[in-house]
Amino acid sequence: MIISIASGKGGTGKTTVATNLAVSIESGVQLLDCDVEEPNSHLFIKPSIEGTRIITTPVPEVNKQKCTLCGKCADICQFKAIVVIADTVLTFPEMCHSCGGCMEVCPEQAITETKRELGVIENGHRNALEFVHGRLRIGEAMSPPLIKKVREYTRADMLTIIDAPPGTSCPVIASMKNADFILLVTEPTPFGLNDLKLAVGAVRILGIPCGMVINRSDTGNDQVRQYAEKEKLPILMEIPFERRIAEAYSRGEMIVELYPEWKEKFRDMYNRIEESLQI
Amino acid sequence: MKELVVISGKGGTGKTSLVAALASLAENKVVCDTDVDAADLHLIMDPETRKESDFQSGHKAIIDRNRCTECGLCRDLCRWDAISTDFVVDDLECEGCGVCYYFCPEQAISFPLNTCGKWFISDSRFGPIVHARLGIAEENSGKLVTLVRQEGKKIAEEKGIDLIITDGPPGIGCPVIAALGGASAVLVVVEPTVSGKHDMERVVELSNFFKIPTMMCVNKFDLNPDTAEAMEEFGRERGVTIIGRIPFDQTFTRAMVQGKTIVEYDSTSRACDAVTELWKKLSVALYEL
Repeated sequence: MIISIASGKGGTGKTTVATNLAVSIESGVQLLDCDVEEPNSHLFIKPSIEGTRIITTPVPEVNKQKCTLCGKCADICQFKAIVVIADTVLTFPEMCHSCGGCMEVCPEQAITETKRELGVIENGHRNALEFVHGRLRIGEAMSPPLIKKVREYTRADMLTIIDAPPGTSCPVIASMKNADFILLVTEPTPFGLNDLKLAVGAVRILGIPCGMVINRSDTGNDQVRQYAEKEKLPILMEIPFERRIAEAYSRGEMIVELYPEWKEKFRDMYNRIEESLQI
Repeated sequence: MKELVVISGKGGTGKTSLVAALASLAENKVVCDTDVDAADLHLIMDPETRKESDFQSGHKAIIDRNRCTECGLCRDLCRWDAISTDFVVDDLECEGCGVCYYFCPEQAISFPLNTCGKWFISDSRFGPIVHARLGIAEENSGKLVTLVRQEGKKIAEEKGIDLIITDGPPGIGCPVIAALGGASAVLVVVEPTVSGKHDMERVVELSNFFKIPTMMCVNKFDLNPDTAEAMEEFGRERGVTIIGRIPFDQTFTRAMVQGKTIVEYDSTSRACDAVTELWKKLSVALYEL
């Protein structure tokens, strides 16, 4: 089963929920941190890292001897990653989406593929919990290709928990697609509600069942709850604001380790998600 | 004309709340909201739309099943597996590269321009604001960010306004890179947590890579003063100007609930004092750039 933890708004508590949930389930769990721009799960899970892979994407390299400057590569390229100017051809690897079109279209077969580094993937364990995260190279614009690589570590025989990035566009879709359930973590404020609606919109486009966690539940106003009721979105957990939890979070400590009664609450939430999917 | 771009690395550190407060304090400015994925600034700014435009960027492939002979060349060429076995293009997977469209022997594939959002030029009680909304699940957020900023600059030029304050997106990817390019100065709003520190280090590296004068402000600093200190030290070592600290104050949330900036809601609050102090230093720093 794959549960993706998303939000819309940043800072609502996705990583808090993902890490605490992962650690509350005894075995058969893997945590994939797909917030490759700013991965944080490892700061709480503190896994021992067993493997590191550099992940690259193919980008064009032009053999200037063979190139006749016909410009067909520039014509096909939608991303301005290859251009013909005066008597030379220039590539802009940072712009390349790796579609292979230029290589395919070149009548002289003058284009081969070299690589652009997307980032790294690290994997490891914390006891029985399997941990994987991606870290985007700083300066790399595109996160979905690296997110997809992290998701390749999904094992069908395990519970896969995905920590998604904030937002509602392509990185989040890459983190939510094909999940069995999406857990939306929100805060009961106007910003939280606004972004939650966008996130629910994305979830509905994907056609995946979802539920909510309301974090800092005793702050803000009641509009998020009203929205949840109107949209028939189950509220699976509420975490009240407590300064001591915020301070513990600031130190990289997990709620379930400091306050063990929360372990059962997270486990319970998982059981309810599992049940709801079996119906 | 100077543009201050406010980013954070980590989401939820208080960029938008702070930009709203600065909008209250700064006299003559244009405000841009470039968090196009999940724009929130309008909830406080309460803009009146003057101009609404479609944002068109990129293309999507559509297969005409009547012309398609199911030769399968498109499926072979597509690097995103976006074309199903019954020759339907999955919109969400389609990267808009045009390779299938280019090579289809039957010319059975059309490649229309994609409308993927809207952008707005509005008025508000704080002056002009340019904002946008990227369609849910869409790509090309970087291009929309660039467009918002360009429109902001146009307005600033037209009206003889010297300052643009840009609310940036979280992360370090394409929307953030698009928000930073050509900025006069960057303000990184951070929180004193292990996550906040980790993410700050990455976003400062990005900002320094672009060689943009960078300032930092630790929000909610009293949740962990030691970490706040360590982050400021890190910043200083990397040439970041520490411009202020804001205490954790639920007045921010209460103000947001009322659709007000913290300055409007409670100018006696500790947070408002801190923001006012920050603005004084910030305006001097911007003037001296």
